[in-house]
Amino acid sequence: MYTQALDSPAESAGTSDEPERLERFQARIDRDEKIEPKDWMPEAYRQALIRQIAQHAHSEIVGMLPEGNWITRAPSLRRKAVLIAKVQDEGGHGMYLYSAAETLGVSRGQLIAQLLAGRAKYSSIFNYPTLSWADIGAIGWLVDGAAIMNQIPLCRCSYGPYARAMVRICKEESFHQRQGFEIMLTLARGSDAQRAMAQDALRRWWWPSLMMFGPSDAHSVHTAQSMRWKIKRFSNDELRQRFIDVTVPQAEFLGLSVPDPALHWDEATRHYQPGPIDWSELQTVLKGEGPCNHERLEARRAAHEAGRWVREAAAAYAQKHRGLEHGADAS
Amino acid sequence: MTEDWVLYEVFIRSRSGLEHKHVGSLHAADARMALEHARDTYTRRQEGVSIWVVRSSDIVASDPQEAEALFDPARDKVYRHPTFYAIPEDVKNL
Amino acid sequence: MSATADDLTAQAGPQERFEYVLRLADTSLIAGQRLAALLGHAPALEEDLALGNIALDLIGQARLLLALAGRIEARGRDEDALAFLRDAQEFRNVSLVEQPNGDFAQTIVRQCLLDAWQLEMYESLAGSRDLQLADIAQKAVKECRYHWRFSAGWLVRLGDGTDESRARVRSALDTLWRFTDELLTPDVLDARMAVCGIGPAPVLIRERWQTRVRATLAEGGLEWPRHQHYRWHGKRGEHTEHLGHLLAEMQALPRAYPGVTW
Repeated sequence: MYTQALDSPAESAGTSDEPERLERFQARIDRDEKIEPKDWMPEAYRQALIRQIAQHAHSEIVGMLPEGNWITRAPSLRRKAVLIAKVQDEGGHGMYLYSAAETLGVSRGQLIAQLLAGRAKYSSIFNYPTLSWADIGAIGWLVDGAAIMNQIPLCRCSYGPYARAMVRICKEESFHQRQGFEIMLTLARGSDAQRAMAQDALRRWWWPSLMMFGPSDAHSVHTAQSMRWKIKRFSNDELRQRFIDVTVPQAEFLGLSVPDPALHWDEATRHYQPGPIDWSELQTVLKGEGPCNHERLEARRAAHEAGRWVREAAAAYAQKHRGLEHGADAS
Repeated sequence: MTEDWVLYEVFIRSRSGLEHKHVGSLHAADARMALEHARDTYTRRQEGVSIWVVRSSDIVASDPQEAEALFDPARDKVYRHPTFYAIPEDVKNL
Repeated sequence: MSATADDLTAQAGPQERFEYVLRLADTSLIAGQRLAALLGHAPALEEDLALGNIALDLIGQARLLLALAGRIEARGRDEDALAFLRDAQEFRNVSLVEQPNGDFAQTIVRQCLLDAWQLEMYESLAGSRDLQLADIAQKAVKECRYHWRFSAGWLVRLGDGTDESRARVRSALDTLWRFTDELLTPDVLDARMAVCGIGPAPVLIRERWQTRVRATLAEGGLEWPRHQHYRWHGKRGEHTEHLGHLLAEMQALPRAYPGVTW
């Protein structure tokens, strides 16, 4: 029902974007109706969704790498199992999201080709290195915490397959942030060396986590239209503020200091007020010049290239044995 | 030479007594692999006791453009529903 | 178990039982450690998930078995003390599992040869006189059945896929086949455990393993590889060079910061 059926989405492109149709489409969204794959949708909506879902899917896949970096060195067997399960979940989430994108008439192969060619975006955060075990805690606590802020509202987004994927993802992710905080808590209550490790991780991951929400609203290109289409439900700055408000007390609980001397509680707004964010750093990382952009893409490319003969072999085998089914009869 | 695998839709029966429900899709080279991938991807948290996989291209779907013709005519057939019939309250077992 | 009435009087001592359980535990642990390193680097996203599941099963088996070994030893070592604070010579895994991941053919061949062995071992161990071991085996055997289904499926696909995949899988079989003798040839401890009704009769494992692997190789159009005579003794602590490197990485943190909680 999905990709193949949608290979030519623009069947009535000539007349499709007429104002009346657009109006009816917007009315459906305003009524909180879900848009489903074969429904008519404006080409710009389709493209915006593909861009957003693909970016999200790529982030999950690239996001496997910084944490995967510590699987072989996890310091206990329990931590190792948890980390494997978590990195594996991220792969699964990438799959769910690529699946959702494929309902819009683009194939996963195309999307991955764009990623490997360096033409697709993914979350800037994964271009930072994981230098100590505490980084695994910090990623779970901060990065997954920030991701959840972003993702929970998307469970109600206007596009059905995307919303359903997000429901599944949020359900599965609920343990990710908790395990990260648990690592931080164990380190914070551990030896001096462990506490220093935790503090150093917070120092390095705090600002990149804030940047994960994207540029400030004043400079965000897509926000207004995306909000109207309900493929984005809160602005970057709103979500960032919400993240700061819940995270600062958690850092205090851990006895760790947030690396922002200007950070303070503002009684008037009832919010924590952070110091200025260094947006030039975000721009650098987005441009591909962050600390690990090169390594991350190289790792994805290497896996893709090394796997080509395997995918070809399986396809060739299937070709030879077509019609050979291994399952039971459906009933 | 192709390295493209086929897109399959995945349906999971969450426990016996319930119907299979669509949960998502995946890529696999053959049917056996599709079942394994479905198991490995969609039942990691005991979500299922039975799996169907179907090639996406084998699914025939109704066209949303025809939705009015297909589904609206059922709207005024209210007599198909039990609440359409007025029965005095003291009549039991009906 | 095939223990006769006479044999049932034989009792295994704690040291023997400890050693034997460690063989199973370390084999699962090292195999899991190897597979887990592939997460994020598999040939397809779906395979990342599949390998992750197998790695998790193996680590899970290792944890149960190491905990059991620790209880048998009764010197206060828990699963982590045994996993992270022993040197390579104290590891009792079969040499096969410490071999590097190599290309996907090598990973699959290693896994396949192991899965066939673990499946038969745990089938038998599920009826062990050691009830705690039997318990673990009953859980593990279900996992191994799926691992075998997965790896055997891939062995056939690669064998009967393209010229390149056939060449690669042949080469992997040639590289890894020399470690299969260790799986199938009993030493004194294997024989003792069989006599005590704790472990399976080695000859049974050998026959079933060969039947299983032979059928799968045939289905993939692959020949039974040439026998190689050198005998490896990972299960008594004589390993290949690879294990030391694997452990140096795996054990780095607990070794660098002794005595803390993670």
